[in-house]
Amino acid sequence: MTTAEKYVTAAYCVVFGIVLLYVVIIALKLQRLERDVDALEKGRDG
Amino acid sequence: MRRIPLPALAASSFGLVTLALALVFFVAPNDADQGFSQRIFYFHVSIAFTSYVCFGAGAWKALRHLWKRDPRADLESYVWVHQGVIFGALVLLTGSIWAKISWGHWWLWSENQLVLFLVLFLFYAAYFMLRFSVDAGPQRANLSAVYALFGVVLVPVSFLAIRLAQHFIHPVVFTRSGPNFGGWILAAYIVSQVAVLVLAYTLYRVELAGKLLDGRIRELRLT
Repeated sequence: MTTAEKYVTAAYCVVFGIVLLYVVIIALKLQRLERDVDALEKGRDG
Repeated sequence: MRRIPLPALAASSFGLVTLALALVFFVAPNDADQGFSQRIFYFHVSIAFTSYVCFGAGAWKALRHLWKRDPRADLESYVWVHQGVIFGALVLLTGSIWAKISWGHWWLWSENQLVLFLVLFLFYAAYFMLRFSVDAGPQRANLSAVYALFGVVLVPVSFLAIRLAQHFIHPVVFTRSGPNFGGWILAAYIVSQVAVLVLAYTLYRVELAGKLLDGRIRELRLT
């Protein structure tokens, strides 16, 4: 792998790594919202 | 206006990004001057343009909030600015990597376009400090909207700076006579640009949906 190829790979890994991290953060938030909805439903039923 | 369903948007983003990567790495030829390292350009420029679009959309929603007093517009403006900052960080990171291989430096303070983009990025990063230093309510929404509107003035300044500068080493790819390239390079760039714009819009919609749901749950807890 040449130096140029290493840098280009690093740049694209940074882009998709950050986008993936963002998606993981949003997924964790959605999980929390799901738990909140469950808690509200239990509160309503109980 | 009927909105595009999120799964369709996500599938489009995935398809377009895959197509863009295929064009960038397997179809577009090596640049005669920069060689293989020029392949950073396709996503770096697309991401930079997308961050400008996000800041512009944030300002438009801010204006709508101030003008129509639309409560949802404040939230939409906030999410657009958030996307703009994420894409802005990506511009700085990918640009820095490209600078290292092309110029031998991670950063050059003498380059107006780099510094102006950093100023734009830091200005919008400070938006969150302002927003979260004020309690939720009309005052916070109004302050955030005014700040987002002021910030958008920096977008054309950042864009035009390099074109007005006399001495620069940052390349200018779009001139008054059109782009400085054609053929597969132009095709790969156009697909990459569309892919990044669709990806940004998808992420915006996902984040907005989460924020709206969060707001509804808070309201339900209070009732």
